[in-house]
Amino acid sequence: MYEELADEGFTVITVGIERSPEDARPWIEKASPQHPSLIDIEHLVPDLYGMINVPTVVWIDEEGRIARPNDASFASNRFKLLTGLDSKRHLRRLRAWVRGDAPALTPSEVRKHQELPTAVEQEARAEFTLAWWLSREGHDEDAERHYERAGELAPHDITIRRGSMRTRGLNPMGFAFLKIAIKSALTRTPLYRRIEDSPA
Amino acid sequence: MSATLTLLHDGRSDEFAGADPARPAISPEDLEVALGWELQPEGLCQGPMCVPVDQDALVGDGGLDLGVFADALQRPLVTDEKHDVAALGASHHDRGEALASLQAPDFTLPDLDGNPHSLSDQRGKKVLLVAYASW
Repeated sequence: MYEELADEGFTVITVGIERSPEDARPWIEKASPQHPSLIDIEHLVPDLYGMINVPTVVWIDEEGRIARPNDASFASNRFKLLTGLDSKRHLRRLRAWVRGDAPALTPSEVRKHQELPTAVEQEARAEFTLAWWLSREGHDEDAERHYERAGELAPHDITIRRGSMRTRGLNPMGFAFLKIAIKSALTRTPLYRRIEDSPA
Repeated sequence: MSATLTLLHDGRSDEFAGADPARPAISPEDLEVALGWELQPEGLCQGPMCVPVDQDALVGDGGLDLGVFADALQRPLVTDEKHDVAALGASHHDRGEALASLQAPDFTLPDLDGNPHSLSDQRGKKVLLVAYASW
């Protein structure tokens, strides 16, 4: 995708929401990308952009303006069965926008599809910041109550809840995440915020 | 009991001597140097912009009450008394206003080799920003 469009005034920036560069290293080295592949251990980008899960993509135009806001999209259909997300549609749309064949969304459509952060989500992020600092200082037991509090405040914030599992000795592919997924299905709170799903 | 308070804010941490962890407070000088806000008769000011604040509640014996400061700016403040550490988050109002302006928030982050890259380095190109994780 990147190679195909790199000559058309386009780049990808990937941001790994990880505990350390080492968590992302195998992924990045395997792909050996030519575009910036960054590591965000403090969850700065989720905070700035109000992201509550990964993968989340944003289109940004030549002037640095948001052309299409937060949308859940995978690079391939490997997880389609699990997530119901079709990556092909997103890639087709992206290609058309980069090549100038089709516009992105209008500013008012972008606004309509944005879900702006709430006070309680910001409080959850602060609890996560505190917990993560305590973890890194070696106070895992004391960090735990702040991870828990963050999860209570923003149960739908998967970057916090699943993103902290390895630090907390939980398996992000195991039962702890399954519980979140089941709860999300029962409460009809989507784990992945898709633009198509937003109310018109 | 006085201790050293560690305050996590704006992606960094600062230490302030003599703060009571139960009611974290800092000096007006620290507020200005570390957090970029000045206490004026009009309220809390950052350059020409001021936010009203209850000064009687803000100013105490131990310095400026960080909880009152955070409330005035609609920023979350969470604390861990055992370790004398607090985190001051970003206001949902500021974050929301920035996103609603449609100007993509700029950031600078390292790559695997520790070299910093900014979104704004790519001005003039269309960018697909992809946040992902290995978990």
